[in-house]
Amino acid sequence: MISILIRRTLSLIVTLLIVSLLIFTVMDLLPGDPAAIMLGTSASPDTLAALQHSLGLDRPLPIRYLAWLAGVAQGDLGQSYTYGVPVAGLIAERLTVTLPLALMAVVLSVAVAVPLGVQAARRHNGPFDALAGLFSYVSIAVPAFWVGLLLIIAFSTMLGWLPAGGFPGWDAGLWQGLKALLLPAVALALPQAGVLTRVARAAVLDVMNEDFVRTALAKGLSEEAAVWRHAVPNALIPVVTMLGLQFTFLIAGAVLVENVFNLPGLGRLAFQALSQRDVIVMQDVVLFFSALVIVMNFLVDLAYLAIDPRLRAGAR
Amino acid sequence: MRASIKRAGRRPLFLIGLVITLLLVGVAVLSLVWTPFPPAKMNIIHKLKPPLSFGLLGTDHFGRDVASLLMAGAWNSLSTSFLAVALGASIGTLAGVVTAMRRGWLELVVMRGCDIIFAVPPILSAMMLAAFIGGGRFTAIIAIGVFMVPVFARLTLSAALQVWTRDYVTAAIGIGQSKLRITWNHVLPNISSQIIVQVTIQLGLAILTEAGLSFLGLGLAPPAPSWGRMLAEAQTFLGQAPWLALLPGLAIALAVLGLNMLGDGLRDILDPRDQG
Repeated sequence: MISILIRRTLSLIVTLLIVSLLIFTVMDLLPGDPAAIMLGTSASPDTLAALQHSLGLDRPLPIRYLAWLAGVAQGDLGQSYTYGVPVAGLIAERLTVTLPLALMAVVLSVAVAVPLGVQAARRHNGPFDALAGLFSYVSIAVPAFWVGLLLIIAFSTMLGWLPAGGFPGWDAGLWQGLKALLLPAVALALPQAGVLTRVARAAVLDVMNEDFVRTALAKGLSEEAAVWRHAVPNALIPVVTMLGLQFTFLIAGAVLVENVFNLPGLGRLAFQALSQRDVIVMQDVVLFFSALVIVMNFLVDLAYLAIDPRLRAGAR
Repeated sequence: MRASIKRAGRRPLFLIGLVITLLLVGVAVLSLVWTPFPPAKMNIIHKLKPPLSFGLLGTDHFGRDVASLLMAGAWNSLSTSFLAVALGASIGTLAGVVTAMRRGWLELVVMRGCDIIFAVPPILSAMMLAAFIGGGRFTAIIAIGVFMVPVFARLTLSAALQVWTRDYVTAAIGIGQSKLRITWNHVLPNISSQIIVQVTIQLGLAILTEAGLSFLGLGLAPPAPSWGRMLAEAQTFLGQAPWLALLPGLAIALAVLGLNMLGDGLRDILDPRDQG
């Protein structure tokens, strides 16, 4: 087990390094000189050269990559060209929006999907099961950002209950902040809930057909108790796995939903950095997101190994 | 084959999916030769008219006919998604079957490569690419297509490895057939149904992603109509003209729903072992 762990961790580090090198090289190939953008068109060639030098832009690519990597390892992600502040601080600030948003979406989707999936499995092939199936089909097919627009129409323009967008900041109070994140979180949660409902239903059905559940039922355990004691805990494993695997889509959804609701999160930061050609910010945010996805998949892998001893034997 | 067709008749999921998909493709192709109005034609006097008051589905903020825009958008969305999936499926399948043939270090490299590509969501790679060459159909196709490569590479690799363990393949090796020939004659035909199912499902995902990219202005450049950009433009008029935000979203959802149902139905039909 230990040797597998070491091997997986090494492979994680290699993957992260390759991803970072790829992102750095791609972003470096961008047309447009950040120094020229900062100074505007009227700058003299001398000031331009001086700024290029002070930003380290005149050094060769491998040196700049290593310098950047060394900085990243120490938590120094560089300086944003447009905001003039450290990118690490910028990301940390924007995370206070994106992280609660993603967490709310995950909690909401699990809270809807698990009961729905469990009930659908218990009433297997009945009308409730069909309805739950329809729910997952539809919710997987709708784009999260469109759901966001519909929610704005319903709850902001028509009913006037919730804000149509923007974020007052956590200083305005917990309730104000949560209120601003509620609609975006629902929009983000819906497609996830569809996927998770399917997974939960299939998992409960599987477990209910297992010998140990049949034995328990034969010994007189009620179906209700069997579901809660055996099926649900077992169904949670695939649900959590799917949450990990869906992480990429959660991030993609967050980028879009933040733009719909005008939330100052990481996704919106990346999008703004693109339009302002703020290369360092783009680089860091993309790296941050990618690293999150890689680490998530790594954790899912490890969870599998921890749960299923058969995989440990065959793991490389 | 005949059994497959018989099974298809008894699968409502497959039939509904097929009808929606055919309808969609029909509308998209029709838009090339006919739309109620020219989709790009502006008519400011009749701007923001609700459905049925002017044209079938009303007009947008430039007075363009929404029905015509949706039809032309269907073609743009479907063709972009199709090209993206074709790109991802062909590179991914090639990587998968070649890896299954060679194994060894190639397998390690391809699998790691898949992990790496899969780590960057298409929306972010599209942003990076857009910073390079600007948004547009090409950017969308590459960003979505590249993201699909690992999906198909993993699928075909594991499916092809299974085929390689079969007795008839061992027999083919025994009579001295080359690996390339075995791949062509035995492996590809035996994994093709799985590839077809996956193409259908990934098409739905591609439509969703393309809509997202267009919504951010990274997809098809204006004035070419696209469902995602129609939604982005509708955002300004949510209070005045909510139907503008409703219709393109419905089109996207319907298209994805149809393709997903078709894909699941195909899987049931082509793979009778897996009937739940």
